[in-house]
Amino acid sequence: MASFTRGFFGRGRSGDEGRLPPGQHVTDGFPVLSIGPTPQMATADWTLTLKVGPKPVARWTWEAFNALPRTTWRGDIHCVTTWSKFDTEWEGVTVDAILDAAGIAPDPYLLAHSADGYSTNLETGDVTDGKAMVALSYGGRPIPAEHGGPARLLVPHLYFWKSAKWVTGLQFLPREELGFWELRGYHRRGDPFAEERYSDD
Amino acid sequence: MIEAPARTIWRAATVSALASLTPRIRGITLDVPGWPGHRAGQHVTVRLTAPDGYQALRDYSIATADDGRPRLGLAVDLLPDGEVSTFLHEGLAPGDTLEIRGPLGGHFVWTPEDGGPVLLIGGGSGVVPLMAMLRTRGLKAPETRMALLLAARTWGDIAFRDELLARDAVRACVTFATSREPARRREDVSGRIGPEALSRALDCLGQPPRHAYICGATGFVETAAALALAAGIPAAAIRTERYGGA
Repeated sequence: MASFTRGFFGRGRSGDEGRLPPGQHVTDGFPVLSIGPTPQMATADWTLTLKVGPKPVARWTWEAFNALPRTTWRGDIHCVTTWSKFDTEWEGVTVDAILDAAGIAPDPYLLAHSADGYSTNLETGDVTDGKAMVALSYGGRPIPAEHGGPARLLVPHLYFWKSAKWVTGLQFLPREELGFWELRGYHRRGDPFAEERYSDD
Repeated sequence: MIEAPARTIWRAATVSALASLTPRIRGITLDVPGWPGHRAGQHVTVRLTAPDGYQALRDYSIATADDGRPRLGLAVDLLPDGEVSTFLHEGLAPGDTLEIRGPLGGHFVWTPEDGGPVLLIGGGSGVVPLMAMLRTRGLKAPETRMALLLAARTWGDIAFRDELLARDAVRACVTFATSREPARRREDVSGRIGPEALSRALDCLGQPPRHAYICGATGFVETAAALALAAGIPAAAIRTERYGGA
């Protein structure tokens, strides 16, 4: 349907084809987006709670969580606002390791909760088998508060609104419950390569 | 209030007018047949297509209130080396067609039903969605108390300045903070925004705000949000929209 825009030639980068999802452009910066003020969280007060339905089944303090097995992941991230960033490096604890440590087999859906009241929903299949982690460092350093530190969810194969900043809770559920942006018109799954940005995509 | 948006298909938008709002900000008026209407604070995605099929997409906040007409105003900041903003500033002419999708955005939104008082804090082109809120208030709920604190480098960099001065004269409180110039009006401050600038806006508002909207570059938003929290505005009442990144 797209007709050409008179006079526009663009500045596409060669070699990105296949690596860049449709409609995205590569940025060298790292844009910050949030719904409200940045929470300032002290690690001394930080906890991560794992819930099954309404029931907490495990909780970690910062020290205990940092003692869990670590994984490093390096790759591309894609924001629904159309920027993509290549070769980002993160280190943290996979959701698999978290579930192992808690000794539970999870329900099929997840609702991740953040310190500022934000939430996002995921299928459990999108966060297991090494696909997601709770990240504790970015580029070899503690994650800056603006980018979700001290700990954020990282689910890089989906649009980055699913990588909830300031994550404080992972709640597994038997039925899908939509999170903050999903309730406001964004796609329930958010696959950048299928360009699943909005709920009517 | 949570609402799912109107169906977001791509629509052809024709440029009906262009204006230089400041040396770096260009106002673009678009006629959009079939436009479903929008709320103040929402944005559109603009899609440009080059002859070889390459496409660029960027989001721009809507500056205008929904007055029932299929017409929108955008205001685009010219970014150094900006692929899309350079084209919109230099290559676009009246009669040209763009593709747009929207309205988008379900959180950084103000409707008359949300009520007030409302505090608006903008940095540079961050004023754009706040203008939609002021204009909506003027059109549909003029009794709502609303205050705008707008930061810009100089008096000449204040977008929509004449309209804001006129609105200030009719009980919307407008405070300008010019970082590189002395203040020109008694109401204004010079330098970057700080507690003094915010307290002027809050004093004019007269009551604690029920809603606060902060928009601009992320560094500006961080500073403004910290000031708002320090002034006692609850975090849950503050909504932020950030342009660009750290």
